[in-house]
Amino acid sequence: MSATFSTLAYLVAAVLFILALRGLSHPETSRQGNLYGMVGMAIAIVATLLRPGMSFGGIGLIVVALAIGGGVGSYIATRIQMTALPQLVAAFHSLVGMAAVLVAAAAFYNPESFGIGHAGAIHGGSLVEMSLGLAIGAITFSGSVIAFAKLQALMSGAPITFKGQHWLNLGLGLLLLVLIVSFVSSGNDALFWAIALLAFALGFLLIIPIGGADMPVVVSMLNSYSGWAAAGIGFTLQNLLLIITGALVGASGAILSYIMCKGMNRSIINVLLGGFGTDSGAAGAAAGAGGDRGPVKAGSPEDAAFIMKNAGKVIVVPGYGMAVAQAQQVLREMGDLLKKDGVQVEYAIHPVAGRMPGHMNVLLAEANVPYDDVKELEEINPEFAEADVAYVIGANDVTNPAAKTDKASPIYGMPILDVERAKTVFFVKRGMSSGYAGVDNELFFRPNTMMLFGDAKKVTQEIVQALQK
Amino acid sequence: MNPTDLANQATAQAQNALRLAEQARQIAATAGAHVEPVLAAADPFLFLLTIFLLACFVGYYVVWNVTPALHSPLMGVTNAISSVIVVGAILATGLGESTAAKVFGFLAAMLAAVNIFGGFIVTRRMLAMFQPKKRG
Repeated sequence: MSATFSTLAYLVAAVLFILALRGLSHPETSRQGNLYGMVGMAIAIVATLLRPGMSFGGIGLIVVALAIGGGVGSYIATRIQMTALPQLVAAFHSLVGMAAVLVAAAAFYNPESFGIGHAGAIHGGSLVEMSLGLAIGAITFSGSVIAFAKLQALMSGAPITFKGQHWLNLGLGLLLLVLIVSFVSSGNDALFWAIALLAFALGFLLIIPIGGADMPVVVSMLNSYSGWAAAGIGFTLQNLLLIITGALVGASGAILSYIMCKGMNRSIINVLLGGFGTDSGAAGAAAGAGGDRGPVKAGSPEDAAFIMKNAGKVIVVPGYGMAVAQAQQVLREMGDLLKKDGVQVEYAIHPVAGRMPGHMNVLLAEANVPYDDVKELEEINPEFAEADVAYVIGANDVTNPAAKTDKASPIYGMPILDVERAKTVFFVKRGMSSGYAGVDNELFFRPNTMMLFGDAKKVTQEIVQALQK
Repeated sequence: MNPTDLANQATAQAQNALRLAEQARQIAATAGAHVEPVLAAADPFLFLLTIFLLACFVGYYVVWNVTPALHSPLMGVTNAISSVIVVGAILATGLGESTAAKVFGFLAAMLAAVNIFGGFIVTRRMLAMFQPKKRG
């Protein structure tokens, strides 16, 4: 088939990809959107296989590669637990990065296939694009591997920082630029691999100083990088579909990163430089310690059950702790029992709750919580004032009023859920430890707060038992 | 007017038309001579860059419309479609003559396929769980 045909097919695929993203504007249209995406991908693959000049042996090899990869991907995706979603996405990002590196290498060793020159004499412009796609792809790969290791708890989620870290990264970044410039002018294959190795190292070094709770930003950012890498390869191969899709994905990841940063009131630079609150955190904690504190009130699950049963409205505030304790199912049971008693139950989601954007929404959906009951921050905040109970489970920093009042606090300016306006606040927590930001939560000491000490799942289970009586 | 005059006039008109057509052709040719170098000078890179920037804008507006509740499925879908890089892998394997290019292409196609199937399937699983409130 002619080049016109494949170009048209690519155009159709690109439109279908846009429609796939468009479908996600509402849960009802989202499933259809996903289907559009699949059809678009199928069209792109078939149109490429039908390109003139494809060798039979080559097509055979590709079918084998797609079958192996497809089998592995399907197996993993059908077996994975929803709580392991963040690390799965990180792992998938690393594969896109690696694929970009490999395609760049294939284009470098066989430029004739893509019409960008001859081996050893590739056009200068194509070399620029190739090295950019290669470098971004390599950074995406190693960065995602580290993000995966942190999320999977293969390595500590704590930020790894050392003296001169930022200077080292800056130096390596500059060295990478120098290598790219000399690669473009010489087209040397040793330099090609030097760029790849240096970019791998850089991706690794860029992600290790970022702490576990900042992972939503990192995952979104790597999502964005994987798109830019695809676009870079698209420029190299002069392929419009790759360019369009790369731009879509890059923009999407960038928007998600922006939303996540705004949810923490931190700049992307601040997150990337890592080591949250190393100086200001201590100051904030010290300032908090000097404040006026009442005694901490601890309650039993039976007390909580009694109060919630007699409430008109209960707002549940889930956080990462709920995901760790796998408490979403029993939480939904609690909600169902309360609803049976005529209590209105809603769920409040902070933008950065969990380890990836939308993490809490997926877990609640998995537990069959209807999505109409799950509200975003702006929507739910005015409702806390009329709520009788705020049930905070596994969240901490996102409820801390210090973000509104204490200028010395490292979380000052971060948008928070106004749980303190509810008549009674229940905090399900293992102990009195502070949250990720290292700041004490003054809510624990308020007279209308009751602490429910224990494992999130166990405490909620005991409440469910008390409600059933 | 007799038929001979009519015929003569028609011939004269036809000749005029021919002259005009010839002039138009010449003008077009001159214009073409000016246009052609401009087209040749337009770098294909600029064309690709135009498409790229427009696609960035499309992505920007489409993604802001995505409801926050579906941000995880959004990552799943973007992850799957960014594996369209498989197109490059297929071309490298199918058109390539160098063994190195074939090996790299094969590996890239395999990795991208993990992502395509994995990404779409996990997204479908996520989306299947988002159910509206049961009526009644």
